[in-house]
Amino acid sequence: MSVRERADLVQPDESAEPDEAAGWTAAVRRRLVRELPPDTMLPDTQPRYVASWIYVFGVLTLAAFLVVLGSGAVLAIQGPSWWHTSDIGHFFNSLHLWSVELFMAFMVIHLWGKFFMAAWRGRRALTWITGAVAFLGSIGTAFTGYLAQQNLDSQWIAVQSKDALNAVGIGAYFSPMNFGQMLMWHIVLLPAFVGILVVLHILMVRRRGVVPPLPLRDRPAQAGAEAEPGTVSEAGQEAEAETEEQP
Amino acid sequence: MSRRSRAAEPDPYSFGSRPYDLVKEFTVALVAVLALSIALAAVFSSPDKRPVTIATWAKADSADFTATALAELDGTSGTAQYGPPYNNASEGQKLGPVGLANLVGVTKPIDTAQDFVIRPLLSAAQTAIVSSAVARYATASGAQQSTWTGNYSNALDKANGDPAKIAAGDYGPVPTMLTALLAQARAGSLDGQLLTESGAFYQTDYTLPLLFLADGSYLADLAGQDHLAGTQWGMMNETGNYPGQAWLWLYTFWYQISPYNNSDNGDALVWGTMAVLSLAFVFLPFIPGLRSIPRYIPVYRLIWREHYRELRARGGT
Amino acid sequence: MSAVAQGALAAAVDLNGPGHYLNWGVIQISAANLVIIGVMIVVFVLALLLPFPKGRGRR
Repeated sequence: MSVRERADLVQPDESAEPDEAAGWTAAVRRRLVRELPPDTMLPDTQPRYVASWIYVFGVLTLAAFLVVLGSGAVLAIQGPSWWHTSDIGHFFNSLHLWSVELFMAFMVIHLWGKFFMAAWRGRRALTWITGAVAFLGSIGTAFTGYLAQQNLDSQWIAVQSKDALNAVGIGAYFSPMNFGQMLMWHIVLLPAFVGILVVLHILMVRRRGVVPPLPLRDRPAQAGAEAEPGTVSEAGQEAEAETEEQP
Repeated sequence: MSRRSRAAEPDPYSFGSRPYDLVKEFTVALVAVLALSIALAAVFSSPDKRPVTIATWAKADSADFTATALAELDGTSGTAQYGPPYNNASEGQKLGPVGLANLVGVTKPIDTAQDFVIRPLLSAAQTAIVSSAVARYATASGAQQSTWTGNYSNALDKANGDPAKIAAGDYGPVPTMLTALLAQARAGSLDGQLLTESGAFYQTDYTLPLLFLADGSYLADLAGQDHLAGTQWGMMNETGNYPGQAWLWLYTFWYQISPYNNSDNGDALVWGTMAVLSLAFVFLPFIPGLRSIPRYIPVYRLIWREHYRELRARGGT
Repeated sequence: MSAVAQGALAAAVDLNGPGHYLNWGVIQISAANLVIIGVMIVVFVLALLLPFPKGRGRR
């Protein structure tokens, strides 16, 4: 049974009546149930080929992200200078630093795995893109975090990085020497940006399912054949897959 | 068209399935990562080297402070010569023909003589000698000012930066002003004055004190000791033996090689290079050749070896 | 508070001393970063090679 067929079995309520209520709310409800059916959002089975430890690095990255957010929240309770004068504060700063190191490590290992699986196949280009942009956003978040430390490291990073940002005009509006601005980007704007991308990324993984294995031999008629370089564009593949998936 | 022969990816469940507890896996992962983070934090802690202040700088290296203050006064410091967004002394860096910094312009105007020397001197209570020295400097012509500062700069060089050993000469009010500024710096008031120079009570923008520090060599020397300088792959590093931002390895790599490390537009060039690479990274699925690498480097055979084994056993593929 | 933690929460391993750096041509890398990257590569390889439990329904 395909993912789509199994999803079609799920109804928002127990009756078999189709949901045809009028109004924006009902339209949103129908859209959500159609795009993100509960059965595929929280499945209790997985494809048989998901049988390698490389598959755990996505959830490890997510877990590390939550520890980063949590430890950051504790640091926010007493403000950015607390950790310099408190042992407990220093411990939470350490927790924040090491969970970030783990987050970046797990994310990169996850990226290596997904790259070698060519996990963007089968209409999963957006899954790759949201992951890649989340990675770049995380680097920016870490950068502003280092600036927020209020120590020697922050001073040096500020006066050095200003040159890179000024060179391309960004420094005129985004100044690493402006502590208040950097702190707000670090604790508000960038976590929200990364968080939204992570949510979208995970929703897409659930929606499309885990990418099937690359076929061992390239057969044009075989499902999932990797595009030979220079033949069909991804857009072409997308368009074709679109028509094929009509119920 | 060849695309007709290409089918969509098979349904993930078309190869069979097994029971799987998503929520339990997430919970186990969360507990494991939390435990690991706590262990790392407890064992290794985190670095926290005290920041430098203008006061510590002025006390540790008064010669460097004085030379820097003089450079701010006569417009030869790094900030004074910087260009946008601080001033128009230079046209900023270019990426090929495009000068983005210049296009955006001066959004954070800084007049180094006024902002780093004259206004701090005026904002503190001074003796009559110092006040009149500042007034005399401020009302002198540009040429006269340059003569004084130029002479003083040469004299300081000859005296190895020690104002006490300067030979007599035509320096005007410059030595008096700089001596007063040094005293302010050592007393700690210059830190606060630079921070609140705009007149605002609340302030979170450390641009002026940081630029002043960066124009000297004290901060840079400290950074160099911790391998944080640009030519030491410093972007990746952290003080002490802590890991740094290792993920910046590729960004900082370019600064170690030509043409990036000897070009006036080095920063812009690195940005341009990394922008192109980042776009290629994000849009990888659409780039022929690059997106086929997984097929040419068959790590996938390891990942899915059980699957391929089962397919062969079933007589498939 | 000084860079070295004090009292009951003192770090078991004090990483605040002068950093150890390795040089190889144009490459300069800290021992700490090298360890991190090395461990990541080892973990990646292990994840690929270590057998995944067969027939296990739940983790």
